[in-house]
Amino acid sequence: MFRFLLKRAALTIPTFIALMFVTFTMIRLVPGDPIEVRRGERGISPERLTELRHEMGLDQPIWKQFIDYVWGLLHGDFGTSIISKTPVAQEFLTLFPATLELTICAMLFAIVLGIPAGVIAAAKRGGIYDQSLMGAALTGYSMPIFWWGLMLILLMSNTLHLTPVSGRIDLVKYYFQPVTGFMLIDSIVSGQRGAFLDVVRHLILPTIVLGTVPLAVFARMTRSSMLEVLEEDYVRTARAKGLSAFRVIGFHALRNALIPVVTVVGLQTGTLLAGAVLTETIFSWPGVGKWLIESIGRRDYPALQGGIMLIASMVIILNLLIDLLYGLINPRIRHGR
Amino acid sequence: MAVETLTQKPPGPLLSFWLAFRENRGAVIGLAIVCFVVFIAVFANFLAPYNPLEQYRDFTKLPPIWAEGGNWAHPLGTDPLGRDMLSRILYGSRISLFIGLSVMLVSAVVGVSLGLLAAFWGGMVDVIIIRVMDLIMAIPSLVLAILIIAVIGPNLTNTIIAVTIVYLPRYVRLVRASALSELSKDYVVAARVAGVGPWRLMIKTVLPNCMAPLIVQAALGISDAILEAAGLGFLGLGAQPPMPEWGSMLADSKDLITSHPWVMALPGMAILITVLAINLMGDGLRDALDPRLRKS
Repeated sequence: MFRFLLKRAALTIPTFIALMFVTFTMIRLVPGDPIEVRRGERGISPERLTELRHEMGLDQPIWKQFIDYVWGLLHGDFGTSIISKTPVAQEFLTLFPATLELTICAMLFAIVLGIPAGVIAAAKRGGIYDQSLMGAALTGYSMPIFWWGLMLILLMSNTLHLTPVSGRIDLVKYYFQPVTGFMLIDSIVSGQRGAFLDVVRHLILPTIVLGTVPLAVFARMTRSSMLEVLEEDYVRTARAKGLSAFRVIGFHALRNALIPVVTVVGLQTGTLLAGAVLTETIFSWPGVGKWLIESIGRRDYPALQGGIMLIASMVIILNLLIDLLYGLINPRIRHGR
Repeated sequence: MAVETLTQKPPGPLLSFWLAFRENRGAVIGLAIVCFVVFIAVFANFLAPYNPLEQYRDFTKLPPIWAEGGNWAHPLGTDPLGRDMLSRILYGSRISLFIGLSVMLVSAVVGVSLGLLAAFWGGMVDVIIIRVMDLIMAIPSLVLAILIIAVIGPNLTNTIIAVTIVYLPRYVRLVRASALSELSKDYVVAARVAGVGPWRLMIKTVLPNCMAPLIVQAALGISDAILEAAGLGFLGLGAQPPMPEWGSMLADSKDLITSHPWVMALPGMAILITVLAINLMGDGLRDALDPRLRKS
């Protein structure tokens, strides 16, 4: 097991090096010199320009710059935002809880609805439940989520007035200092009446929108995995023993059917953490996705570079953890090759 | 009678594929809708009542005919600049299908080549190709596409380039994996022994046997590319106005959500229907081409 762990972890090192190389190269490919971007419309004296270049290390040979960049990354220096002048890592960390909170809610929503839907569809294979559930799942999978979000706003917020349109909380009514950055927890800690409910109301639509595609993926995955498991001999044995259909499907079959689903859950979480770009844009959710898009608009390339580095690192580490977890659940993986 | 059945030929590969495909009702419906969308895209200039870029300033924000105040001159209404929505949506199918097909074609061709190279050469070539693909997959697809667009600038061609790069790993890994499993089979060994050269072995012997999963991936790749490109368009990083791209049409009209919801609802509906139809068809293709699943 330890060897498997080491081997798998070592495989991520070249990926990390390549990632650093790509983010480093990217900022040099972007049209416009970082200094030119900085000086804006007003002119700048040639002396100040040289000075600034020296400050940013741009007068060094390119290989030296790369080493400095990697050195900085290894010491937690992900660059400094041009606009806000704060370190990118710090900015990222203040926004990240918002994205994480939304991701966790969307994931729970998708798991709680998706897996049972897949199980029911497999149990009633070919029937009306199967067909309608899988039709709905395919529709969800095909959904342009930015449109879905806007349509939900139109229905739930504008027509029925059930949910707020944007943001994490009603800032006019409630204000409290962030403690954990997770509004659900902070609102309880603050002790303000109604704050928690308000946070929940703000979370409903973004959760549904972000959770729709994973929900569809889980339902389809669970169904096909379940169908495969139901053909196995041990399931037939369990049935022959006279166990109820509920026990056979819900306990015996489901445990094995969930193995591939676990991997997909992990992979989808990685995608969601960063893929929340569209959802966050629609609902003005102050998370890292929206921040990345705005960085492009502001031409804040260091922020973009650092942000992508941080997000990609997180996804790589998450995928590594899933692989390890998978090896733990399924001995065939860790002993094969 | 018995002799007659024995001499009857088994159905050809195309026919047996069609028989298996036809069993899936959803897939046939999907195929029909896809044909319909392709028809619209090809003949958009005959079908569309107006030029999609022409602005009829006297008729801005006209509702569709089923809503109050609709006008038969513009069946689906007009947008805030007075452009005919029906014409824009019909022309939009051209752009979306063009993006989907070009992404699919380029990434399939490049992906097949890289995948075959990795499988055949092995060693350093394999390691480098797979590492690069892993790197691409480590960055979430939309973020990577945004990054690429930030570097090369937003327009239709660059959208295609960005989405192609994002989807490349799927093809490479798929082809590499199936080529590797084919390479160990007896018929490949036999071909090698018979003195078949590496290129012929790659393209004529092995590749045709990797086609089934590739076709399925290609079909689903079209719909994913359409969605991804529409997402970029929505963020303002895809096709630029005034081009009638469905995603950017949606982005242009999102502020009208309360006052004129149809301007926003219609392009999204078009995306959903097209993508859903392709996915339905793709599911049918998979069931028909994958013998392991054929019975289920």
